Amino acid sequence: MERKTVHITIDGRWLEVEKGKTILQAGREFGIYIPTMCYMEHLAPYGGCRLCVVEISHDGGRPFIDTACTYEVSDGLVVQTQTPRIIRARKILAELLVASAPNVKIAQDIASRMGILKVRFPMEDNRCVLCGLCIRMCYEQMDGKALGFSGRGTGRKVSMPFQTRPETCRLCRGCEYICPGMVVPSHGVKDPGELCGRCVRIEEIPTCCPMGTFGCFCDQNPL
Amino acid sequence: MRFTGCRGFCERGPIVTISPLGIFYQKVQEKDVDLILSETVKKGKILDYLLYEDPNTKLKALSEKEIPFYKAQKRLVLGNNGLIEPTKIEDYIGIGGYQSLAKALFQMKPEQIIEEVKASGLRGRGGAGFPTGKKWEDCRNALGSTKYIICNCDEGDPGAYMDRSLLEGNPHSILEGMIIGAYAIGGNHGYIYVRHEYPLACKNAEIAISQARKAGLLGENILGSGFHFDVEIAKGGGAFVCGESTALIASIEGRLGEPRSKQIHTVNRGLWGKPTNINNVETWANVPLIIEKGSNWYSSIGTEESKGTKIFSLVGRVKNTGLIEVPMGITLKEIIFDIGGGPKDGRKIKAVQTGGPSGGCIPASLFDLPVDFDSLTQVGSMMGSGGMIVMDEGTCMVDVAKYFVHFLEEESCGKCLPCREGLKRMGQILEGIAEGNGDEEMLSLLEELSEVVKDTSLCGLGKTAPNPVLTALRNFRPEFEAHIHQKKCPAGVCTALIQYSISEDCVGCGACANICPTKAIVGEKKEIYRIVSELCIKCGSCKEVCKSNAVILQ
Repeated sequence: MERKTVHITIDGRWLEVEKGKTILQAGREFGIYIPTMCYMEHLAPYGGCRLCVVEISHDGGRPFIDTACTYEVSDGLVVQTQTPRIIRARKILAELLVASAPNVKIAQDIASRMGILKVRFPMEDNRCVLCGLCIRMCYEQMDGKALGFSGRGTGRKVSMPFQTRPETCRLCRGCEYICPGMVVPSHGVKDPGELCGRCVRIEEIPTCCPMGTFGCFCDQNPL
Repeated sequence: MRFTGCRGFCERGPIVTISPLGIFYQKVQEKDVDLILSETVKKGKILDYLLYEDPNTKLKALSEKEIPFYKAQKRLVLGNNGLIEPTKIEDYIGIGGYQSLAKALFQMKPEQIIEEVKASGLRGRGGAGFPTGKKWEDCRNALGSTKYIICNCDEGDPGAYMDRSLLEGNPHSILEGMIIGAYAIGGNHGYIYVRHEYPLACKNAEIAISQARKAGLLGENILGSGFHFDVEIAKGGGAFVCGESTALIASIEGRLGEPRSKQIHTVNRGLWGKPTNINNVETWANVPLIIEKGSNWYSSIGTEESKGTKIFSLVGRVKNTGLIEVPMGITLKEIIFDIGGGPKDGRKIKAVQTGGPSGGCIPASLFDLPVDFDSLTQVGSMMGSGGMIVMDEGTCMVDVAKYFVHFLEEESCGKCLPCREGLKRMGQILEGIAEGNGDEEMLSLLEELSEVVKDTSLCGLGKTAPNPVLTALRNFRPEFEAHIHQKKCPAGVCTALIQYSISEDCVGCGACANICPTKAIVGEKKEIYRIVSELCIKCGSCKEVCKSNAVILQ
């Protein structure tokens, strides 16, 4: 009978993982933290935010970088999630993300989790982080096909065809439900380059997280 | 009389050659036609003023062979462009075309063809240099009965046009290569993905396909061999990123032209989820040659790891610009000084940028470097599609880096964060440096950002996008530092850091005042003019027009 699992190594831990899973899913199963933004369970992996990059090598080959959310596990895979190269990459990515959308909570969360307190780029104020979750939600789960990307490069945005609501949209609001920009906005930026960072600056707000629960990064977290 | 495709020597076009004497006339105008017919064709008299004159030696060249631009070249693929009319299949067959196809279909097994291509050492000419035979073998061995063959002609690098010239000038050689490849791989359907901005290439390819169908070279039962294969044209909307294989496939399928993760290669799961073999135009055009003359002959050209010839488009500050085809392993010096004829206006050549926006700038100190896939990668550049832009002292490296980053920022599809946001930020930093607002910290941030964009981007576009910046920083750091510390642009390009003024050599002719678009030059005739710096937009028109060299650039 064919084996239904494969053996992989993540950060030195030898794990047995179901075939067909991605590195990210395997990591989550075993409690290994890999940051993500554009990934959501039950939606097709997109590989857009690149925050989940890890170093992968096959059978002692030269390690290369790829996203954990799109990479399927196979026997003998060796994954590193905490190398200096990965940490540097995540930090810069988080910095880029939070500089473009400082008032989106997920961006602030990721930035503080990466330990970023200062942004070296001029701040912008985008509400959309272009994670594409709404599009995939609409397409894959609601069969709506009402949303898509338009434009290219920095002009990219989420849009309905010809900017009008198509008949296929049933106003299910799945897009709104899933959108990370719809969560109560962060406190925002006062000085350019400053971050919210309330949860890491404990000395400023000692009672930031009254419950002391892991994963709560801001006092307004509705979760 | 034949209207041929591009002869490569763009600098001297339009070109007329007269066979069998091989007389080479350049820069021919409409008014010269009568003279050529009455003098040269009828009486055999040579028109001196239409001959090519070597700008270095002042010698006139009678035929193509005597011209230094052509002498050092080895035009295996491109050479036929000048012999045939692209819209006539008879011309192509007349020079031995489709013989390789007949040989492949009737004398060789598909596995033999793949072995032959593998033995030839042919590597993908699209830029990455993946061994073609290996790709074909993988695609042949991939599971599935339906397989697709694609020719990638989505060329969009600034200053590169060899794929276009091949498809325009000799479309049948590409078709022949594709049919041989399809037979070897076991595919029955092919696409030529060509960008909409190449109307002549589209038209000539369409004509070639319909002619080939009529001649029984495409469609059912090709040449009676029982093998069937057909090709259609897929037009691209002009997105640079669609040259990337997965984005190209998405575009043919009618989806948004965006790349996807490539853990599973296109040879296993490509177009419509089926195994797909994508090769560049030039790669396909090399195939008939290998089948015709054998892998031994082919692998005798070039270096250990890179075989055959490569077409480059040589542009920039050299005397002879155009399309050149050279054997792999030729040095940059030979290309720039022998074929290119050296610097244009006596200025010193500083660097050459190879591989288009994905490549890097190679400084003059490394001009002894042999041109092949691996040595170019070693110095941080790449073969790319084969653009070669020569730069002299009048080129500012900060400006070059800025130009390429802005180009890619606009052409990025925007799917992944590092490419979309990272390139934008890199552009902002370079903009700041060019305006004299840079500091040491920005430079290190630029370097760090470049490394991360290179590491984490989704597709080849983002992964190679920082190359021009990184190589410019590595090889021309003093220039960046001059912008930051001295607030000076050594090449005199970055407008924020330069100043025009008029010296005492001014004879007061007033030519500069007339040409100035903002009326920033004031003064009286026969007296020394003066530039009002508040109004000056630093366009440089005054310097160009001044006959007494009185306009100084600081």
